[in-house]
Amino acid sequence: MLLLENISFQADEKTEILKNIDLEINERFTAITGPNGGGKSTLAKVIAGILKPTTGRIWLDGTDITDLGVTERARCGISYAFQQPVRFKGLRVRDLMKLAAGKDTTLADACSYLSEVGLCARDYMDRELNDSLSGGEMKRIEIAMVLARGTKLSVFDEPEAGIDLWSFQNLIRVFENMNRRVSGNILIISHQERILNIADRIIVLEGGKLQKTGTRDEVLPELLRSATACSVLEAKMEGGNA
Amino acid sequence: MDAIQMELLKEVADLDALPVGAYNIRADGKSIGRNSTAHIIITPKEDKPGIDIRVLAGTKKESMHIPVIMQESGLKDMVYNDFHIEENCDVTIIAGCGIHNCGTGESRHDGIHTFYIGENSTVRYVEKHYGEGDGRGKQVMNPTTVIHLGKNASMTMETSQIAGIDDTARSTSADLQDGASLVVREKILTTGDQKADTVFNVDLNGKLSSADVVSRSVARDHSRQHLIARVNGNSECTGHTECDSIIIDSGRVLAQPELEANCVDASLVHEAAIGKIAGEQLIKLMTLGLTEHEAEEQIINGFLR
Repeated sequence: MLLLENISFQADEKTEILKNIDLEINERFTAITGPNGGGKSTLAKVIAGILKPTTGRIWLDGTDITDLGVTERARCGISYAFQQPVRFKGLRVRDLMKLAAGKDTTLADACSYLSEVGLCARDYMDRELNDSLSGGEMKRIEIAMVLARGTKLSVFDEPEAGIDLWSFQNLIRVFENMNRRVSGNILIISHQERILNIADRIIVLEGGKLQKTGTRDEVLPELLRSATACSVLEAKMEGGNA
Repeated sequence: MDAIQMELLKEVADLDALPVGAYNIRADGKSIGRNSTAHIIITPKEDKPGIDIRVLAGTKKESMHIPVIMQESGLKDMVYNDFHIEENCDVTIIAGCGIHNCGTGESRHDGIHTFYIGENSTVRYVEKHYGEGDGRGKQVMNPTTVIHLGKNASMTMETSQIAGIDDTARSTSADLQDGASLVVREKILTTGDQKADTVFNVDLNGKLSSADVVSRSVARDHSRQHLIARVNGNSECTGHTECDSIIIDSGRVLAQPELEANCVDASLVHEAAIGKIAGEQLIKLMTLGLTEHEAEEQIINGFLR
């Protein structure tokens, strides 16, 4: 499905954000996790064509897509949900849903995509994607657009970022449903245990390198143990300082 | 009317045929069609070019069309239209001017519209300016709008100049009495070497009067725009002005807010943002499969909708 061969990305002469990543993704639901600054979002942008790798090749279903731009990759079947959804003065939810679906979206079509993410189409279709929408609403609309595209690969960059607790519960349900209903593959960057818990495969990216990759059962217990260890250590340090 | 006139009429007033209700159609400096109704009476002025429109008290949910179309190259047309809207009305006025200039002379339309809006009346005024033609002659429009809003009266003014006007100096002034409100939504697109100057001058004289003046514009190529948005808070009132502009290529925009509070209870706000299209907006639309050019068009069309 998606094959990354020796992918590196250098932001400037001194900073190498991705270091020789070799990765093949065939699973329905893959989660990439790891500490902040580890290169996860950069990798997602490299896959979507927003950033061009310094070295390496990217293959999608046997086709070399390394030299394709954002538009061509979108047309090849890659969708990308931004971590910080973009706002537009004047463009309405209806306009973007229509562009995402690639056809005239009826209220019924939009309703199904928007209701998947907990929004009522009737209330939102004519809303502008401007500052009047909250961060949580923007996030849900961003996800609905990816659902409307229905491509063979959907990349989500930290969908849980900037979302309130109530919305988060619904978000988990969205991804659980997506796993069942969407025919394409899902690649999601996340720190959330509940999202990692529904992934078929988990990839840990740290310091720009692949630290670990395996099934959920292989990777998640160890991740949770190390997280516990860290929190215990932090608690001890805080206690010591006090 | 010939095909070009019909096309211009469609462009500025969205009309395929003569409208229902009151109308006055002015073509190349002369009225070519006029109709009054029981509640809206249109009469030509005797001392100068133009018409008087009288909307009788209590007229509700009626509309009138007063488009101007020009295709005689080199014609300079000046027209004075006065709107007397009596009390307790609710009407929509569709104005607009379309110029088709295939010659070498400068075609110019200067419309001076004065509104006297009575107590508790509501007016929606839609004005669209449009120019076309492959001649070397310029299309010039200089609309002047003067608005007098009575007690608790309100006016929404939607103006757009999206294509083909080489030079424009737009002037809108308003004075508002107690409880009156004015909403302005202006949209301007300039291309090539076009120039657009816009001045708003709003006097919030009445207690609890309000004005909300929003201008959205796009300046492409070498075009330039200058907006002055002046609001004078002379009473307990609220005023808001906003200028949002996108610049492309070598387009230039000067936005000049002028807020003057002459009363301690006046609350006046101005917002302005000028810049090129944000890169992330283009990328977002490109991730939906649009080319960069298509993305740019979508963003501009939405912005100027």
